[in-house]
Amino acid sequence: MSIFVNKDTRVVVQGITGKEGQFHTRQCVAYGTRVVAGVTPGKAGQDMDGIPVFNTVAEAVQETRADCSLIFVPPPFAADAILEAAEAGIRVIVAITEGIPVLDMMKVKTYLEGKPVRLIGPNCPGIITPGETKIGIMPAAIHTPGGPIGVVSRSGTLTYEVVHQLTRQGIGQTTCIGIGGDPVNGTHFLDCLSAFEKDPATSGVVMVGEIGGNAEEAAAEFIQTRMTKPVIGFIAGLTAPPGRRMGHAGAIISGGSGTAQAKITAMKAAGIHVCENLGSFGELCKKVFK
Amino acid sequence: MKIHEYQAKELFRTYRIPIPAGGVAFSVEEAQKVAAGLGGWPVVVKAQIHAGGRGKGGGVKLARSAEDVKTAAGQILGMTLVTHQTGPEGRLVRKVLVEQGLNIQKELYLSIIPDRATAMVVIMASEAGGMDIEEVAARSPEKIIKVFINPLLGLQGYHIRQLAFGLHLSPAAAKSFTSMVRNLCRLFLEYDCSLVEINPLVLTAEEAIIALDAKVNFDDNALFRHKDILELRDLHEENPLEVEASKFNLNYISLDGNVGNMVNGAGLAMATMDLIKLAGAEPANFLDVGGGASAEMVENGFRIIMSDKKVRGILINIFGGILRCDTLAKGVVEAARKTGIKVPVVVRMEGTNVEQGRRILAESGFNLITAADLKDAAKKVAEIVK
Repeated sequence: MSIFVNKDTRVVVQGITGKEGQFHTRQCVAYGTRVVAGVTPGKAGQDMDGIPVFNTVAEAVQETRADCSLIFVPPPFAADAILEAAEAGIRVIVAITEGIPVLDMMKVKTYLEGKPVRLIGPNCPGIITPGETKIGIMPAAIHTPGGPIGVVSRSGTLTYEVVHQLTRQGIGQTTCIGIGGDPVNGTHFLDCLSAFEKDPATSGVVMVGEIGGNAEEAAAEFIQTRMTKPVIGFIAGLTAPPGRRMGHAGAIISGGSGTAQAKITAMKAAGIHVCENLGSFGELCKKVFK
Repeated sequence: MKIHEYQAKELFRTYRIPIPAGGVAFSVEEAQKVAAGLGGWPVVVKAQIHAGGRGKGGGVKLARSAEDVKTAAGQILGMTLVTHQTGPEGRLVRKVLVEQGLNIQKELYLSIIPDRATAMVVIMASEAGGMDIEEVAARSPEKIIKVFINPLLGLQGYHIRQLAFGLHLSPAAAKSFTSMVRNLCRLFLEYDCSLVEINPLVLTAEEAIIALDAKVNFDDNALFRHKDILELRDLHEENPLEVEASKFNLNYISLDGNVGNMVNGAGLAMATMDLIKLAGAEPANFLDVGGGASAEMVENGFRIIMSDKKVRGILINIFGGILRCDTLAKGVVEAARKTGIKVPVVVRMEGTNVEQGRRILAESGFNLITAADLKDAAKKVAEIVK
C-alpha cells in the first residue's frame, strides 16, 4: 500500500523534451514508472524514447488515459501548465519547477480549491512509492520498498538525507513526499499525515520541516488530536540567523510562530519525537519505530 | 528585492498615491537646493538605507531653516547608521530624502503582504501607527484590522469599507483613503510585490491621507517580468560576497563564524549549519548551490567561500539528486586548481554518481578530507577550526 500514487499511476510529463525533463523522465522509466505521454507545445507527433509527445495535456489524457502529471516547465509558464493539467482531468499534479512567482501560485491554489485534484509542490523533489513508482527527481537508490514508514518533507535534499538514514538502518518506506519549500504550495503536511494515518501499510511517519510559516505548528496539533501512529520530526534552521528583514508586516502576520524553536516546542508538546541532531536521525528512528 | 524609500515613493507618485513633496539628495548642497524648492518650513531629512528603525538610530532629522538642513544633511550623509535591522556593523549613508514637513493629526499603519497560510493577499491597517507597531500587534492584536483579498477576485469595495470604518476616518478622509488603497493594491499586484508597508500613513490636520514612509519589496521570482525594477537595485546596500554569489545564481548569506560550507538545497544547508554548531563551531556562511548546479557554479561557490578571510575550514556536504556528485567533484577540483586550497576541506558526498565523484576527488591530487557521514563531517571540520 501507499498514498497518492502507486504502480498503476499513469504519468504524463509536461516539458518532456527539455534537458531536465528528458533526463528525469529516463530515470523514472528506469525505475519502473509508467510514463505514458509527454507534452511539449509544437512537438506533437514526435516521441522521446518511444513515449508519444502531444501539444496539449488534454490530448495526452484522451489518447493515453494519463492520470498524473509531472511538470518541468520553466517558472514563467509553470502556473499555466498546472492549470492546464487540472482542466484536462489530471488527478495528481507533481510540480518540480523552482521559482514560480508567489502571486501566480496564489491564483492557482485558489482556483484548485474544492476541485478533485491534488497538487504536490511546486519547488519539490516529487513523490515516490519505493518499488512501485517514482514521480520526481529524487535519487532512486536510497529508497527501500515495502514500508512501513511514510516520509513527508518541505525540503529536497534534506529528504534524501533522512530517507538514506532510514535505509541504512534497514527501515523501508511506504511513500516519500516532498511537499516543496515555497510559501504557497498545493499539498500540506496535514494532507499527507491524514493519508498516512489511513494507510494500513504505514506504521509510522517521518516529518521534516524548516523555519518559516506555521505549517509545522498546524501539523503538530493534528498529530496530537487525530493520529495514532508514532511521528518523528526534524526542523532545519535552529541556528539560522533571523532574516535581515525590512518592515514589520511579516512579523505581525506570523505572530511569533515560524522560528525553529517555536516549531520544536509545539512538536514536543504534541508528543512528536523531535530529532535534534540530524547526524543521529537513523538511530532515533530505529529506537522509535522498532 | 528591496528598494529605497525615495524609489518606492517615485512608484507611489506614478500610482497617484499621495506622498509629501520632496526629492533625493547625494550631497549637502543638493539637500539645501531640494529644501529651498519645497516652499516652506519645516522640512525632514531622512537617511536612505535598506533598513528600518532609522529614526531611533539618528538617521531622520527635522530642519526649520536652510542652516538646519545643512547641519542635518552634513550629519547624516556619510554616517554609519546602526539600527535594529542593520546589525551592529551598520550601513554607510550615501543619500538623503528631503521632504516637506506635514501637519500631522494622526499616525496610521497600512501594509499589504502575501499570506502563505491562506494563499491570499492580506491588507493590514491600524490606528496605532508609528514606531512600535510590532508591540501593538503582540499586545493588542484587536487593534490591527486584517482583510483578506481573494487573488482571483481582487480588491472589493467592502474590503476598503472595513478598513476605513475600522480606522474611524471622517467621510472626507475615507474618500481619499479609498482611492489610495485601490491604487496601492494595484501597485502591489501589478509589480508582484512581496511587501508594501506605509508606517506611518498620516492623516493631516487638513483631513488628507499621505504616505509619510514607503517600503516596497519585490518577489525575486517575478523580477523576470519587471525589468524596470531591476534597474533600481542598489549594490551598495548588499554584502559584496553576496553580490558576487548572486551573479552565478548562488544563494549565499554571509555569517560571523569560521567554518565555510557549501551544500545543495536550502533545507540541507540549514541542517548542516545546525550540525556545525552542535559540533561546537560556527558557520561562516549559508551557501545553497541549488538543485541543478553546474560544475561552474560549484567552482564559483567554492571560490567565494575561499575569499572570505574569516574561513579556517570548509565543509562541503552534497546529497546528489539533480546535482550529480561527479559534477560537484569536477567543480571543486577546477576551483582548487585555479585558486589553490588555503584551508583544510572536508567533503561529504552521497547520492547520484557518488562513486565517480569520490574517484575524481581522490585522483585530483589535492588533500581533501573525506567524511563517512554527516556526524563525522561536522566533527572533523569542528576539530580543524578549534
